[in-house]
Amino acid sequence: MTKTTLRGAFAATTALSLIASTAMAEDYTKYGIKADVPGTCSFEAIDAKDYTGRTLNIITHAIPVIGEPTALHAQQFQELTGATVNVVHVPFGDLFQRIMIPFQTQQAAYDVLFHASLWLGDFSPFFAEVPAAYQETSGMKSVTDTYRGVSLVDGKLLQYPMDGDRHYLKYRSDVFANPDMQAKFKEATGRDLTVPATWEEYNEVAAVFNDFDFDGDGAPNFGTAEVTKRDDLMFSAFISRVAAYAKHPDVKGGFFFDLETMTPLINTPGWVRGLELFVAAQASMPPGGTSFGLGDEIFSFGGGQTLMSYSWDDAFIQAMQADSPIRNKVAAAPLPGAKEVWNRTTGAWDTFETPNQVSYVTWGWSSAVAAASPNQDMAFDYLCFFSNEANTMADLQIGRFGVNPYRAEHFDPAFYQNDLGWDAAVATTYADTLKAVDSAPNQVFDLRVPGVGEFMSSLAAGVARAQSGEATAQEALDGVAAEWTAIVDRIGKDKVKAAYANVVALEDK
Amino acid sequence: MYRQKYLFLLPGLLVLVAIILFPLLFTIRVSFSSWDVYNPGLNWIGGENYGRLWEDARYWQALGRLTLLSVTTVLIQYVLGFALALMVWRDLAARRLFRVLFLIPMMTTPVVMSVLWRTIFHESLGPLNPILESLGIGAAPWLSSAGWAFAAVVMVEVWQWTPFMFLLLLAGLLSLPNEPYLAAKIDGAGPVRTFFSVTFPMLGAISVGAILIRLIEASKIMETVYVLTSGGPGTSTETSSYYIYIRGMRDFQIGYSAALSLTYLIIMIVALTVIAKLLVRALVKDAA
Repeated sequence: MTKTTLRGAFAATTALSLIASTAMAEDYTKYGIKADVPGTCSFEAIDAKDYTGRTLNIITHAIPVIGEPTALHAQQFQELTGATVNVVHVPFGDLFQRIMIPFQTQQAAYDVLFHASLWLGDFSPFFAEVPAAYQETSGMKSVTDTYRGVSLVDGKLLQYPMDGDRHYLKYRSDVFANPDMQAKFKEATGRDLTVPATWEEYNEVAAVFNDFDFDGDGAPNFGTAEVTKRDDLMFSAFISRVAAYAKHPDVKGGFFFDLETMTPLINTPGWVRGLELFVAAQASMPPGGTSFGLGDEIFSFGGGQTLMSYSWDDAFIQAMQADSPIRNKVAAAPLPGAKEVWNRTTGAWDTFETPNQVSYVTWGWSSAVAAASPNQDMAFDYLCFFSNEANTMADLQIGRFGVNPYRAEHFDPAFYQNDLGWDAAVATTYADTLKAVDSAPNQVFDLRVPGVGEFMSSLAAGVARAQSGEATAQEALDGVAAEWTAIVDRIGKDKVKAAYANVVALEDK
Repeated sequence: MYRQKYLFLLPGLLVLVAIILFPLLFTIRVSFSSWDVYNPGLNWIGGENYGRLWEDARYWQALGRLTLLSVTTVLIQYVLGFALALMVWRDLAARRLFRVLFLIPMMTTPVVMSVLWRTIFHESLGPLNPILESLGIGAAPWLSSAGWAFAAVVMVEVWQWTPFMFLLLLAGLLSLPNEPYLAAKIDGAGPVRTFFSVTFPMLGAISVGAILIRLIEASKIMETVYVLTSGGPGTSTETSSYYIYIRGMRDFQIGYSAALSLTYLIIMIVALTVIAKLLVRALVKDAA
């Protein structure tokens, strides 16, 4: 080896060491994260990639929910890799068709797609499977079985998990703990005030505390805030109310349909009972509560107007905002249950000493890469980066982002206590409730089959007829069942059945 | 040599075909297909979609509701618009200011205004019910009762589109000749007699035009219903356009919604033609 060669080798080694040390010293906290978490999709790993000259097209929801983190991480990805990233924001009402039309007309309009996870039944033929390398990342490994499950179709991971949603009960813990309120309730009902364990109890508590200033601020308070507006996700609220009566823990083979025959079950007695109680609860809602959309529900409970509510995380997070009048005066619990559950096998009501509690894993944003995308490598890198541990922990702290817990480490109360400043009791009920939903033995999932929009639109229209008094609960659901039968026939029984089998597999596991 | 004139017309005709005829013909073709979320493409299913809509009670109910809504709102808009136009027609201080003020609702975006009205009508958080209560009238279930929700939609439509009537009728009033009024004055006619014998008949043609234009627009009402009530409570404010939107854009039944749209278009063309003839006969003095 000559002196010149040695000198060259030394110079090259020194240069490489300098570059490496510079890279190691890179401070990524400027991107708003606490610290980079080493891994396949860490800031450092993505920083090492070079996508200069390439373009990534993303379609996502309007800002802020999901749209804002999409744009934020797109900007970061662009800065780190040199790629050009275009983000198209679409209002929710248009998102489905804006994704579906390019799929149907075979245009590779977008590489990355953010969408509602329940649309998987419609979109799955157009999604690329998540490559094995990404399934082995630490971030993906810590996604709970529930949220990994909603991304699977026939065992293939077609959605890239980046959010977790579910319904649970939220209530004013200060009112439930107040001796005067406990006495008032005892006087009215003859029993102790407890967190509702059944939907009958929920309606009873809501009625006692309705139109009454229970927090002493001079304005009347009300019993319950629920999502009741027909085309504003009301179907999810209704399913939450029905599940305990219609999802028997010992009866397998379908909640929405009988998987064997694909006969709709939505007009069976369990569903009818749930709808009757949903309609009855209207008497304990605030003025206008019978046409509350999700936004109204969030501000009604989150603003301290109502005693109880149930839906996604938003209202709870709203209540826990730093400037909220009810910060640390709320608690979470699993959805109420039912002591009588319809058994469709025997055709009779079964009685339970301990209420049958059913967790409803509903909605949730998800993401995917288009099978027709010519940039799948870059697209999966973006999604992996979007949901890396550092980004996710930062996103979870910003309520308007719409990113909610879906990994094992997200269910640790210490995170909410230390990073968000919640009281220990609140953090514990929140994290424990979410964990309980995740691991519940009796779960219900969204109807992720082709045509889910049509099924849910029909269901919401039927429920709305009962709510407005246009039809009885039984008449309304009989009408929905007839429509569902027609939809199944039109789509093809086998197609719907094949997709529904994936949902039933999750419920019957 | 005059044949060359067709060459000059050709670009315009091609544009016309491209932007009007092609979408219409395509919609007709789509209406004979079962294009939906799980069956994309232009297959041929004959008149199946048209047979299906014949039995679709919700569609026909929505059409009936739309008829009531359109007729109610346009009549109120006409009466109010006429009154406002008469008010600022002649002797009124600051009439220019009033003319501009009256036009503001029409110049706002329907979706934005519907969102604002939804906030105003909000029974828990909106300002309207507290104001009514302070006046001793009492709160109303604006968006949660079928009748009140329908009234709320009518109110927003009237608020937004009365200025359009006002604008057309004011233009008509400003173009009226002065001689008939002088003659009426000489004959000793009072203001009421002058209005019914001179002003109203002379504005017959423009009234028909204004009413027809508003009926056409009112029959397409969508944004207000979408934002304000989503068609509820129940289906009490669901109109044809909103129902077609649900079937087409939300349920993604493209073929069926095309059939609904075309049927709706034909019904509207027939109905508006009949209405136009009746209005002309009733309001236009020299109609042959």
